[in-house]
Amino acid sequence: MKGFIIKEFFHIFRDRRSLIILFGMPIVQILLFGFAITNEIRNVNIAVLDKARDEASERIIEKMLASGYFVMNGYLETEDEIEPIFRKGKIKAVVVFGPDLDRNLTAGGIAPVQIIADATDPNTANTIAAYAASIVRDYQADINPNVTLPLETIPEVRMLYNPELKGVFMFIPGTMTVILMLVSAMMTSISIAREKEMGTMEVLLVSPLKPVQVVAGKVLPYILLSSINATVILLLGYFVFRMPMQGSLLALMGTTLLFIITTLSLGIFISTVAQTQQMAMMMSLIGLMLPTIMLSGFVFPIDSMPWPLRVLSNIIPAKWFILILKGLMLKGVSITYLWKEVLILIMMTLALIGISVKKYAIRLA
Amino acid sequence: MTYSDPIISVDKLTKKFGSFTAVNAISFQVMKGEIFGFLGANGAGKTTAMKILIGISRPTSGTATVAGYDIYKQTEQIKKSIGYMSQRFSLYNDLTIKENIEFFGGIYGLTSRQIREKSDALVEKLGLQDKFNRPISDLPLGWKQKLAFSVALLHDPKIIFLDEPTGGVDPVTRRMFWNMIYEAAYRGVTIFVTTHYMDEAEYCNRVSMMVDGKIEALDSPARLKEKFGVNSMNDVFVRLARNQDKAKVQ
Amino acid sequence: MKTIFHLLKKEFRQIFRNRAMLPILFVMPAVQLLVLSFAATFEVKNISLHIVDNDQSSLSRDLTQKFLVSDHFKLTGISFSSDEALDDMQRHNTDVILHIPEHFERDLVRNQKAKLMLSINAIDGAAAAVENAYATTIIHDFNENIRIRMADQISLTGQPKVLSVTQSFWFNPELDYKTFMVPGILVLLVTMIAIFLAGMNIVREKEIGTLEQINVTPIKKHQFIIGKLLPFWILALVELGVGLIMCRVIFGIGVAGSIWVVFLFAAVYLLVVLGIGLFISNFTHTQQQAMFLSWFFMVIFILMSGLFTPIDSMPHWAQVITEFNPVRYFVEVMRMVMLKGAQLPDILPQLSKLLVYALVMNGLAVAGYRKVA
Repeated sequence: MKGFIIKEFFHIFRDRRSLIILFGMPIVQILLFGFAITNEIRNVNIAVLDKARDEASERIIEKMLASGYFVMNGYLETEDEIEPIFRKGKIKAVVVFGPDLDRNLTAGGIAPVQIIADATDPNTANTIAAYAASIVRDYQADINPNVTLPLETIPEVRMLYNPELKGVFMFIPGTMTVILMLVSAMMTSISIAREKEMGTMEVLLVSPLKPVQVVAGKVLPYILLSSINATVILLLGYFVFRMPMQGSLLALMGTTLLFIITTLSLGIFISTVAQTQQMAMMMSLIGLMLPTIMLSGFVFPIDSMPWPLRVLSNIIPAKWFILILKGLMLKGVSITYLWKEVLILIMMTLALIGISVKKYAIRLA
Repeated sequence: MTYSDPIISVDKLTKKFGSFTAVNAISFQVMKGEIFGFLGANGAGKTTAMKILIGISRPTSGTATVAGYDIYKQTEQIKKSIGYMSQRFSLYNDLTIKENIEFFGGIYGLTSRQIREKSDALVEKLGLQDKFNRPISDLPLGWKQKLAFSVALLHDPKIIFLDEPTGGVDPVTRRMFWNMIYEAAYRGVTIFVTTHYMDEAEYCNRVSMMVDGKIEALDSPARLKEKFGVNSMNDVFVRLARNQDKAKVQ
Repeated sequence: MKTIFHLLKKEFRQIFRNRAMLPILFVMPAVQLLVLSFAATFEVKNISLHIVDNDQSSLSRDLTQKFLVSDHFKLTGISFSSDEALDDMQRHNTDVILHIPEHFERDLVRNQKAKLMLSINAIDGAAAAVENAYATTIIHDFNENIRIRMADQISLTGQPKVLSVTQSFWFNPELDYKTFMVPGILVLLVTMIAIFLAGMNIVREKEIGTLEQINVTPIKKHQFIIGKLLPFWILALVELGVGLIMCRVIFGIGVAGSIWVVFLFAAVYLLVVLGIGLFISNFTHTQQQAMFLSWFFMVIFILMSGLFTPIDSMPHWAQVITEFNPVRYFVEVMRMVMLKGAQLPDILPQLSKLLVYALVMNGLAVAGYRKVA
């Protein structure tokens, strides 16, 4: 058994290229995504169709550009130019000021401002329309300093866990999870499928080792590798991205190990279904990649999905680990608050291992 | 029968991998129409030398021509004139016999009519009619090897290179395989075959014995036995290997 | 030409012979397009809300009621202490806490001013901002209502100057996310199939040993690469076609522009993707290595494509990296042509960049393939 595990280590460490890929890729990805990926909306290119060209319109434009949300990308002359410019794709919104803004305002009338957004991207469109509208309202408050409103309810808003609304806090746990999930599940499934394809699995199975031992021996080195990966990613998150570490470190390490084991058992399960490396790869790549990214709450909020998908998301192990990470790192809760998530991961692991062992046993009988 | 027209000429051919010399300045000639046995223990450099001759590996130094073409500059012409069967089975397991023949015939530029005629003849000869449309993975190893050999001969090459063609095959099938080799030789195809079965060496017109990258002996089996004063090629080989070891000790 | 034809025939036979593989190639992408398209929404719905009403007045109950009838919120807890509410949030049960303090009604009527507390789980900063906006809008409406109700008790000082702001959303007035996401997800699925198949293909023949047999044939390098490229190119175009039909039939998203522009662009795009796959295949020794590399690039391609998160919000250096991401261009172009009806001249910049990219990648693939052992 010991010799067998050592053999597995040799396999992995002799392959220099795979090692570089295995340890280098997660680091590159976490750095890249940590800095680059955010669902905040910033630097949106806009164009202005200013029929007023007076103080009010200029002040509003100034305010917009000062906000950091908008980048001015040119002035239009007529309404007809709007559609072609949207079609080119760069400009996401056009702000239209009606004629004689100043005069309308001083005369006590209503001065029209129109925000036209390219809603092919509904998220950006909605957000920038809201930003623009609130900037216009700010300006309106500026020019009405003497009007006070009666009976005012003042909501005091506290943004918990992430007061600066940083995108990083949302994306680091997700990136970590996706990397661990895919690397561990893929590695084990392929490594076992490879032995099957090469015929060496039979050699191992006729040896006095029990099938469980064979599989455990294959998996053990990967547990170590994935743990190293996880540690590196966590350290990067803490030191580079200033992720807080509110909860217990021990609990974090324990749950990470649990998640690694869950994904490895998923890998084992895939390898019992797949006969060739190619099958194993395609199943773990095409089958796991998008569902893990999209249904785990990594990018899209699960609560907003239609109910069948909310149900489906429960079988994605990544979903539960992301919740654990957010709880332990950002919310700083104790592990007792997360018993449900932990229990689900344990159950998943046991189920996957159970099914796999059964499948191997059938093949041997 | 004597052969005098060289079709492969090798002069001081050397291949190094880093500090390791796999092929050490070997020189020999193979004559047109002969069955040339390229013998040696595992790791003696046989396969490396062969890969240079078939144009998929570049030598470190030395020269050689195969079918009149230079192994440095004219590898693609060489490839048109030779057939090759590697020690790993290298037809497509997931394709049928028919499809493999179509594919390899096709990329050697045979017309579909030629392919049809050839495959008909081949199937009849091997008695594979009922398996013609089955994936190759269903065939036993011996059949696969015979088929691979026939496919390598499909485009009527001048020379055929066989790398350990009978590895892992039972004695009866080996016998049949050698009959096929004789048949090809009879039709004028030059055979270049590596093997480590010393009994097979007896079937060759001439054999070379390779030890540690060098050719230690080259002659007809009969004369080699005579020279070393032994009764079988196996003993010749053992002698050679022992001499080599002694040399190393000294 | 005939040689290439024989290679094509062989690849197609191998693809369609592999019964276990066919569902992965054809069914899995279709199912994912169907299912995942519904998941891709940044719309914030079903916000779990916890209400702490320490006032228990008629006004506080009015406000609570206003939250309950809103489509955006769903009530997940009611309690009388902030601690209990916070506890609920830490258990991931709630994302927004509305705390109505004691004497809310009294303060509002007496002092004309009263405070409310909103605590929002801001780990997802973007969602938090939206949740905040929804909650404050409800509170604002509530405020307006009580002003109207108590109009007799109040008087306005001064005449306010009013700017009327109207918002219009073009091309997608309903702000439907599926319209935005489906073309992009289709791009991803087609890309994954293409890159993984191409990436594994040559290295697989290396591992099995058949590549050596091909290397000793007089086949030309470019013939070999074309023979390896074309089958997957055709396959991916067919999948794209099936996907577009699904878009039309199931999601009702047709191609606003010309379908030929889509296919023209896809044809060039796939050359890039397949070139990358073959390049990976050439430079690796085992399928495992090839797969890791393709996975590495694929994850980067997906997350840096602007499909899920906006490229404009990335730091400048990251935006420069996206210039080298072919997926980015295809996602852009699909959205432009399918949703906005962009014409060929509109997509020429993207098309010409990809053409150059295709030439480089396939040049490298041909150059990198050596007919050696």
